[in-house]
Amino acid sequence: MSLVYAGVLSHAPGITGRAHLVENTAKRDEFYAALDKQRREIQDSGAEALIVIAAEHFANFFMNNMPAYCIGIGSQYEGPIEDPDWLKISRTKVPGAADLATRLTREVMKTVDVAYAEEWKFDHGIMVPLHFLTPEYDLPIIPVNINCQGPPLTPLHRAWAFGKALRRACDSVPEKIAVVGTGGISHWPATPDSGKINEKWDREFLDRLMRNDKDALLSYDDIQTYRDAGQGGFEIRTFIAIAAASGGDGELQFYTAELPIFAVGCTVARFSLDRTA
Amino acid sequence: MSLYHLQKFLYELNRDETAQQKYRNDLETLLDDFDLSDEESNALREGDIGLLYVLGVNGQILMHYAAFLEIEWFAYLELMREGIAKHGPVRAGVYAMTGGGESFTVEGKKR
Repeated sequence: MSLVYAGVLSHAPGITGRAHLVENTAKRDEFYAALDKQRREIQDSGAEALIVIAAEHFANFFMNNMPAYCIGIGSQYEGPIEDPDWLKISRTKVPGAADLATRLTREVMKTVDVAYAEEWKFDHGIMVPLHFLTPEYDLPIIPVNINCQGPPLTPLHRAWAFGKALRRACDSVPEKIAVVGTGGISHWPATPDSGKINEKWDREFLDRLMRNDKDALLSYDDIQTYRDAGQGGFEIRTFIAIAAASGGDGELQFYTAELPIFAVGCTVARFSLDRTA
Repeated sequence: MSLYHLQKFLYELNRDETAQQKYRNDLETLLDDFDLSDEESNALREGDIGLLYVLGVNGQILMHYAAFLEIEWFAYLELMREGIAKHGPVRAGVYAMTGGGESFTVEGKKR
Protein backbone atom coordinates (compact mmCIF):
# COMPACT_ATOMS: atom_id res chain seq x y z
CA MET A 1 0.00 0.00 0.00
CA SER A 2 1.52 3.27 -1.03
CA LEU A 3 -1.20 5.75 -0.18
CA VAL A 4 0.07 7.06 3.15
CA TYR A 5 -2.18 10.05 3.83
CA ALA A 6 -5.64 11.30 2.81
CA GLY A 7 -7.26 14.52 3.92
CA VAL A 8 -9.35 17.51 2.91
CA LEU A 9 -9.02 21.24 3.36
CA SER A 10 -10.54 24.50 2.20
CA HIS A 11 -8.90 26.59 -0.50
CA ALA A 12 -10.78 29.90 -0.69
CA PRO A 13 -8.59 32.81 -1.82
CA GLY A 14 -9.61 34.90 1.15
CA ILE A 15 -7.79 32.48 3.46
CA THR A 16 -4.57 34.16 2.44
CA GLY A 17 -5.71 37.20 0.48
CA ARG A 18 -8.01 38.65 3.13
CA ALA A 19 -6.20 37.46 6.24
CA HIS A 20 -5.46 41.07 7.14
CA LEU A 21 -9.15 42.02 7.13
CA VAL A 22 -10.24 39.39 9.67
CA GLU A 23 -11.75 40.65 12.92
CA ASN A 24 -11.84 37.23 14.62
CA THR A 25 -8.09 36.75 14.54
CA ALA A 26 -8.15 34.08 17.26
CA LYS A 27 -10.36 31.84 15.13
CA ARG A 28 -8.25 32.59 12.05
CA ASP A 29 -5.09 31.56 13.85
CA GLU A 30 -6.78 28.41 15.14
CA PHE A 31 -7.58 27.54 11.53
CA TYR A 32 -4.00 28.22 10.45
CA ALA A 33 -2.75 25.99 13.28
CA ALA A 34 -4.97 23.16 12.03
CA LEU A 35 -3.54 23.58 8.55
CA ASP A 36 -0.02 23.52 9.95
CA LYS A 37 -0.85 20.32 11.79
CA GLN A 38 -2.01 18.87 8.49
CA ARG A 39 1.33 19.89 6.98
CA ARG A 40 3.18 18.02 9.73
CA GLU A 41 0.98 14.94 9.31
CA ILE A 42 1.77 14.80 5.60
CA GLN A 43 5.46 15.29 6.32
CA ASP A 44 5.42 12.59 9.00
CA SER A 45 3.69 10.18 6.63
CA GLY A 46 6.87 10.08 4.55
CA ALA A 47 4.99 11.10 1.43
CA GLU A 48 7.23 11.49 -1.61
CA ALA A 49 4.55 13.27 -3.63
CA LEU A 50 1.29 15.06 -2.92
CA ILE A 51 -1.78 14.68 -5.11
CA VAL A 52 -4.07 17.71 -4.87
CA ILE A 53 -7.60 17.02 -6.07
CA ALA A 54 -8.83 20.50 -6.80
CA ALA A 55 -11.77 22.27 -8.34
CA GLU A 56 -10.07 24.90 -10.42
CA HIS A 57 -11.57 28.19 -11.47
CA PHE A 58 -10.73 28.58 -15.17
CA ALA A 59 -6.98 28.66 -14.83
CA ASN A 60 -6.46 25.94 -17.45
CA PHE A 61 -9.74 24.53 -18.59
CA PHE A 62 -12.55 26.34 -20.36
CA MET A 63 -15.80 25.46 -22.06
CA ASN A 64 -14.00 25.01 -25.40
CA ASN A 65 -12.73 21.63 -24.20
CA MET A 66 -13.68 20.91 -20.60
CA PRO A 67 -12.50 17.63 -19.09
CA ALA A 68 -14.56 16.15 -16.28
CA TYR A 69 -11.30 14.85 -14.79
CA CYS A 70 -7.72 15.74 -15.53
CA ILE A 71 -4.39 14.66 -14.03
CA GLY A 72 -1.24 16.74 -14.32
CA ILE A 73 1.73 14.79 -15.64
CA GLY A 74 4.10 17.72 -16.03
CA SER A 75 7.54 18.07 -14.46
CA GLN A 76 6.96 21.64 -13.30
CA TYR A 77 4.07 24.00 -12.74
CA GLU A 78 3.63 27.65 -11.86
CA GLY A 79 1.21 29.79 -9.94
CA PRO A 80 -0.75 31.63 -8.89
CA ILE A 81 -2.40 32.98 -12.03
CA GLU A 82 -4.05 35.64 -9.90
CA ASP A 83 -2.43 38.93 -8.96
CA PRO A 84 0.05 37.83 -6.25
CA ASP A 85 -0.66 40.98 -4.24
CA TRP A 86 -4.35 40.10 -4.22
CA LEU A 87 -3.82 36.49 -3.17
CA LYS A 88 -0.87 37.34 -0.92
CA ILE A 89 1.07 34.42 -2.40
CA SER A 90 4.14 35.10 -4.52
CA ARG A 91 4.33 33.67 -8.02
CA THR A 92 6.54 30.61 -7.99
CA LYS A 93 7.53 27.38 -9.71
CA VAL A 94 6.25 24.14 -8.22
CA PRO A 95 7.86 20.75 -8.89
CA GLY A 96 5.76 18.05 -10.52
CA ALA A 97 6.19 14.27 -10.58
CA ALA A 98 5.99 13.47 -14.28
CA ASP A 99 6.94 9.80 -14.25
CA LEU A 100 4.86 8.90 -11.21
CA ALA A 101 1.85 10.86 -12.45
CA THR A 102 2.03 9.15 -15.82
CA ARG A 103 2.05 5.71 -14.19
CA LEU A 104 -0.89 6.70 -11.99
CA THR A 105 -2.81 8.01 -14.99
CA ARG A 106 -2.30 4.76 -16.87
CA GLU A 107 -3.68 2.83 -13.93
CA VAL A 108 -6.66 5.15 -13.39
CA MET A 109 -7.53 4.82 -17.10
CA LYS A 110 -8.18 1.11 -16.63
CA THR A 111 -11.49 1.99 -14.98
CA VAL A 112 -12.12 5.74 -15.40
CA ASP A 113 -11.53 7.91 -18.46
CA VAL A 114 -9.40 10.90 -17.57
CA ALA A 115 -7.66 13.65 -19.46
CA TYR A 116 -4.05 14.50 -18.74
CA ALA A 117 -2.02 17.68 -19.05
CA GLU A 118 1.70 18.43 -19.13
CA GLU A 119 0.98 22.14 -18.68
CA TRP A 120 -0.94 23.47 -15.71
CA LYS A 121 -1.15 26.88 -14.16
CA PHE A 122 -2.22 26.82 -10.54
CA ASP A 123 -4.89 29.16 -9.24
CA HIS A 124 -5.88 29.76 -5.63
CA GLY A 125 -7.56 26.35 -5.54
CA ILE A 126 -4.14 24.72 -5.42
CA MET A 127 -1.86 27.57 -4.35
CA VAL A 128 -3.67 28.27 -1.07
CA PRO A 129 -3.37 24.62 0.06
CA LEU A 130 0.28 24.49 -1.02
CA HIS A 131 1.01 27.73 0.82
CA PHE A 132 0.13 25.94 4.05
CA LEU A 133 1.05 22.32 3.29
CA THR A 134 4.36 22.73 1.43
CA PRO A 135 5.40 26.32 2.07
CA GLU A 136 8.88 25.71 0.63
CA TYR A 137 7.38 24.15 -2.52
CA ASP A 138 9.81 21.26 -2.17
CA LEU A 139 7.35 18.35 -2.35
CA PRO A 140 6.49 17.13 -5.88
CA ILE A 141 2.87 17.89 -6.68
CA ILE A 142 0.42 16.00 -8.88
CA PRO A 143 -2.51 18.28 -9.64
CA VAL A 144 -5.88 16.72 -10.34
CA ASN A 145 -8.95 18.60 -11.41
CA ILE A 146 -12.61 17.75 -11.17
CA ASN A 147 -14.73 20.17 -13.14
CA CYS A 148 -16.99 21.84 -10.59
CA GLN A 149 -17.37 25.14 -12.47
CA GLY A 150 -18.67 24.68 -15.98
CA PRO A 151 -21.87 22.58 -16.10
CA PRO A 152 -22.65 19.92 -17.10
CA LEU A 153 -20.70 18.51 -14.18
CA THR A 154 -19.63 14.94 -13.52
CA PRO A 155 -22.19 13.04 -11.38
CA LEU A 156 -21.24 12.37 -7.77
CA HIS A 157 -21.09 8.63 -8.24
CA ARG A 158 -18.43 9.19 -10.91
CA ALA A 159 -16.43 11.32 -8.49
CA TRP A 160 -16.61 8.35 -6.14
CA ALA A 161 -15.47 5.99 -8.91
CA PHE A 162 -12.60 8.33 -9.72
CA GLY A 163 -11.50 8.34 -6.08
CA LYS A 164 -11.53 4.56 -6.02
CA ALA A 165 -9.54 4.40 -9.25
CA LEU A 166 -6.99 6.83 -7.88
CA ARG A 167 -6.58 4.69 -4.77
CA ARG A 168 -6.02 1.59 -6.85
CA ALA A 169 -3.46 3.51 -8.86
CA CYS A 170 -1.64 4.75 -5.77
CA ASP A 171 -1.51 1.25 -4.37
CA SER A 172 0.00 -0.05 -7.60
CA VAL A 173 3.20 2.00 -7.32
CA PRO A 174 6.03 1.77 -4.79
CA GLU A 175 6.22 5.48 -3.96
CA LYS A 176 4.60 6.85 -0.82
CA ILE A 177 1.82 9.22 -1.82
CA ALA A 178 -0.36 11.68 0.08
CA VAL A 179 -3.62 12.98 -1.34
CA VAL A 180 -5.74 15.93 -0.32
CA GLY A 181 -9.05 17.11 -1.66
CA THR A 182 -9.62 20.80 -1.64
CA GLY A 183 -12.89 22.57 -2.11
CA GLY A 184 -15.67 24.29 -0.32
CA ILE A 185 -18.85 22.95 1.13
CA SER A 186 -21.73 25.44 1.27
CA HIS A 187 -20.63 28.82 -0.01
CA TRP A 188 -21.52 31.52 -2.50
CA PRO A 189 -18.09 32.80 -3.54
CA ALA A 190 -17.56 35.48 -6.16
CA THR A 191 -21.09 36.78 -5.78
CA PRO A 192 -22.41 39.68 -3.67
CA ASP A 193 -23.42 36.92 -1.20
CA SER A 194 -19.78 36.10 -0.52
CA GLY A 195 -19.57 35.18 3.16
CA LYS A 196 -22.92 33.42 3.24
CA ILE A 197 -22.51 29.95 4.81
CA ASN A 198 -25.18 27.34 5.57
CA GLU A 199 -23.60 25.88 8.69
CA LYS A 200 -26.40 23.35 9.24
CA TRP A 201 -25.92 21.99 5.71
CA ASP A 202 -22.16 21.93 6.19
CA ARG A 203 -22.35 19.97 9.41
CA GLU A 204 -24.74 17.42 7.92
CA PHE A 205 -22.45 16.96 4.94
CA LEU A 206 -19.37 16.67 7.15
CA ASP A 207 -21.13 14.10 9.32
CA ARG A 208 -21.79 11.97 6.26
CA LEU A 209 -18.23 12.53 5.07
CA MET A 210 -16.62 11.60 8.38
CA ARG A 211 -18.70 8.42 8.53
CA ASN A 212 -17.66 7.82 4.93
CA ASP A 213 -21.27 6.92 4.22
CA LYS A 214 -21.21 6.36 0.47
CA ASP A 215 -24.97 6.17 -0.02
CA ALA A 216 -25.58 9.32 2.03
CA LEU A 217 -22.84 11.22 0.23
CA LEU A 218 -24.05 10.23 -3.20
CA SER A 219 -27.68 11.11 -2.42
CA TYR A 220 -27.11 14.84 -2.94
CA ASP A 221 -28.24 16.29 -6.23
CA ASP A 222 -27.03 19.50 -7.81
CA ILE A 223 -30.41 21.24 -7.80
CA GLN A 224 -30.72 20.83 -4.04
CA THR A 225 -27.06 21.63 -3.52
CA TYR A 226 -27.38 24.85 -5.53
CA ARG A 227 -30.41 25.87 -3.50
CA ASP A 228 -29.02 25.04 -0.06
CA ALA A 229 -25.25 25.28 -0.49
CA GLY A 230 -24.77 27.61 -3.42
CA GLN A 231 -22.81 27.09 -6.60
CA GLY A 232 -19.74 26.65 -4.41
CA GLY A 233 -21.34 23.50 -3.03
CA PHE A 234 -20.65 21.75 -6.34
CA GLU A 235 -17.09 21.38 -5.06
CA ILE A 236 -18.15 18.57 -2.70
CA ARG A 237 -16.99 16.35 -5.54
CA THR A 238 -13.38 16.77 -4.40
CA PHE A 239 -14.23 15.72 -0.84
CA ILE A 240 -16.27 12.76 -2.04
CA ALA A 241 -13.36 11.57 -4.20
CA ILE A 242 -11.13 11.62 -1.13
CA ALA A 243 -13.65 9.64 0.92
CA ALA A 244 -13.69 7.02 -1.82
CA ALA A 245 -9.90 6.99 -2.11
CA SER A 246 -9.36 6.61 1.62
CA GLY A 247 -11.98 3.96 2.27
CA GLY A 248 -11.79 4.84 5.96
CA ASP A 249 -13.47 6.99 8.55
CA GLY A 250 -12.74 10.67 8.72
CA GLU A 251 -11.60 12.80 11.63
CA LEU A 252 -12.84 16.37 11.50
CA GLN A 253 -9.92 18.35 12.87
CA PHE A 254 -11.32 21.82 12.31
CA TYR A 255 -14.50 23.46 11.11
CA THR A 256 -15.83 26.95 11.60
CA ALA A 257 -18.48 29.13 10.04
CA GLU A 258 -17.12 32.06 12.05
CA LEU A 259 -14.75 33.33 9.37
CA PRO A 260 -17.20 34.42 6.66
CA ILE A 261 -14.67 36.94 5.39
CA PHE A 262 -12.96 33.84 3.94
CA ALA A 263 -16.25 33.12 2.11
CA VAL A 264 -16.38 29.45 3.12
CA GLY A 265 -16.84 27.21 6.14
CA CYS A 266 -13.18 26.54 6.89
CA THR A 267 -12.47 22.82 7.07
CA VAL A 268 -9.54 20.52 7.84
CA ALA A 269 -9.94 16.74 8.13
CA ARG A 270 -8.02 13.56 7.63
CA PHE A 271 -9.11 10.01 6.87
CA SER A 272 -7.91 6.64 8.05
CA LEU A 273 -6.74 4.23 5.40
CA ASP A 274 -7.67 1.16 7.38
CA ARG A 275 -10.33 -0.33 5.20
CA THR A 276 -9.64 -1.77 1.79
CA ALA A 277 -10.73 0.90 -0.64
CA MET B 1 -22.99 32.38 -27.89
CA SER B 2 -21.68 35.86 -27.23
CA LEU B 3 -21.41 35.25 -23.48
CA TYR B 4 -19.13 32.34 -24.31
CA HIS B 5 -16.74 34.68 -26.15
CA LEU B 6 -16.96 37.31 -23.43
CA GLN B 7 -15.94 34.74 -20.84
CA LYS B 8 -13.23 33.39 -23.10
CA PHE B 9 -11.76 36.87 -23.45
CA LEU B 10 -11.51 37.13 -19.68
CA TYR B 11 -10.28 33.56 -19.30
CA GLU B 12 -7.39 34.29 -21.68
CA LEU B 13 -6.70 37.63 -20.02
CA ASN B 14 -6.67 36.16 -16.51
CA ARG B 15 -4.09 33.48 -17.26
CA ASP B 16 -1.84 34.99 -19.92
CA GLU B 17 0.66 37.75 -19.21
CA THR B 18 0.98 38.50 -22.93
CA ALA B 19 -2.77 39.11 -23.13
CA GLN B 20 -2.49 41.30 -20.04
CA GLN B 21 0.17 43.44 -21.72
CA LYS B 22 -2.03 43.70 -24.80
CA TYR B 23 -5.01 44.66 -22.65
CA ARG B 24 -3.00 47.56 -21.25
CA ASN B 25 -1.32 48.66 -24.48
CA ASP B 26 -3.58 47.66 -27.37
CA LEU B 27 -7.01 46.76 -26.06
CA GLU B 28 -8.84 47.33 -29.35
CA THR B 29 -6.73 44.75 -31.19
CA LEU B 30 -7.32 42.27 -28.40
CA LEU B 31 -11.06 42.88 -28.53
CA ASP B 32 -11.05 42.27 -32.28
CA ASP B 33 -10.00 38.67 -31.68
CA PHE B 34 -13.31 37.88 -29.98
CA ASP B 35 -16.89 37.87 -31.25
CA LEU B 36 -18.38 40.37 -28.81
CA SER B 37 -21.47 42.55 -28.82
CA ASP B 38 -21.08 46.32 -28.45
CA GLU B 39 -22.42 46.07 -24.90
CA GLU B 40 -19.81 43.46 -24.02
CA SER B 41 -16.94 45.33 -25.67
CA ASN B 42 -17.86 48.53 -23.87
CA ALA B 43 -18.11 46.69 -20.55
CA LEU B 44 -14.55 45.47 -21.08
CA ARG B 45 -13.27 48.88 -22.16
CA GLU B 46 -14.69 50.40 -18.99
CA GLY B 47 -13.92 47.51 -16.64
CA ASP B 48 -17.61 47.52 -15.77
CA ILE B 49 -17.72 44.77 -13.14
CA GLY B 50 -21.43 45.31 -12.42
CA LEU B 51 -22.53 44.88 -16.02
CA LEU B 52 -20.21 41.94 -16.64
CA TYR B 53 -21.68 40.26 -13.56
CA VAL B 54 -25.24 40.82 -14.76
CA LEU B 55 -24.36 39.57 -18.25
CA GLY B 56 -23.57 36.23 -16.65
CA VAL B 57 -19.78 36.07 -16.58
CA ASN B 58 -18.82 33.22 -14.26
CA GLY B 59 -18.04 34.72 -10.87
CA GLN B 60 -14.63 33.10 -10.61
CA ILE B 61 -13.56 34.54 -13.96
CA LEU B 62 -14.92 37.93 -12.95
CA MET B 63 -13.24 37.83 -9.52
CA HIS B 64 -9.85 37.22 -11.09
CA TYR B 65 -10.49 40.09 -13.54
CA ALA B 66 -11.40 42.42 -10.66
CA ALA B 67 -8.15 41.44 -8.94
CA PHE B 68 -6.27 42.20 -12.18
CA LEU B 69 -7.90 45.64 -12.19
CA GLU B 70 -6.74 46.05 -8.57
CA ILE B 71 -10.26 46.64 -7.29
CA GLU B 72 -10.43 46.37 -3.51
CA TRP B 73 -12.45 43.43 -2.15
CA PHE B 74 -15.42 45.23 -0.65
CA ALA B 75 -15.58 47.64 -3.60
CA TYR B 76 -15.72 44.62 -5.92
CA LEU B 77 -18.69 43.18 -4.03
CA GLU B 78 -20.42 46.55 -4.09
CA LEU B 79 -19.88 46.93 -7.84
CA MET B 80 -21.75 43.67 -8.39
CA ARG B 81 -24.63 44.90 -6.21
CA GLU B 82 -24.69 48.16 -8.13
CA GLY B 83 -24.80 46.22 -11.37
CA ILE B 84 -27.91 44.39 -10.18
CA ALA B 85 -29.53 47.66 -9.11
CA LYS B 86 -28.80 49.26 -12.47
CA HIS B 87 -29.30 46.40 -14.93
CA GLY B 88 -31.50 43.87 -13.13
CA PRO B 89 -30.87 40.25 -12.13
CA VAL B 90 -28.03 38.13 -13.45
CA ARG B 91 -29.07 36.91 -16.89
CA ALA B 92 -27.19 33.60 -17.17
CA GLY B 93 -25.10 31.08 -15.28
CA VAL B 94 -25.01 29.90 -11.68
CA TYR B 95 -23.53 32.95 -9.96
CA ALA B 96 -26.82 34.79 -9.35
CA MET B 97 -27.25 36.96 -6.28
CA THR B 98 -29.53 35.13 -3.84
CA GLY B 99 -28.93 37.03 -0.63
CA GLY B 100 -30.89 40.20 -1.33
CA GLY B 101 -27.79 42.38 -1.58
CA GLU B 102 -26.81 42.32 2.08
CA SER B 103 -23.29 41.85 3.36
CA PHE B 104 -22.62 38.53 5.08
CA THR B 105 -19.50 39.58 6.96
CA VAL B 106 -19.05 41.80 9.97
CA GLU B 107 -16.06 43.29 8.22
CA GLY B 108 -18.22 44.27 5.25
CA LYS B 109 -21.10 45.61 7.32
CA LYS B 110 -18.76 48.07 8.98
CA ARG B 111 -17.78 49.59 5.63
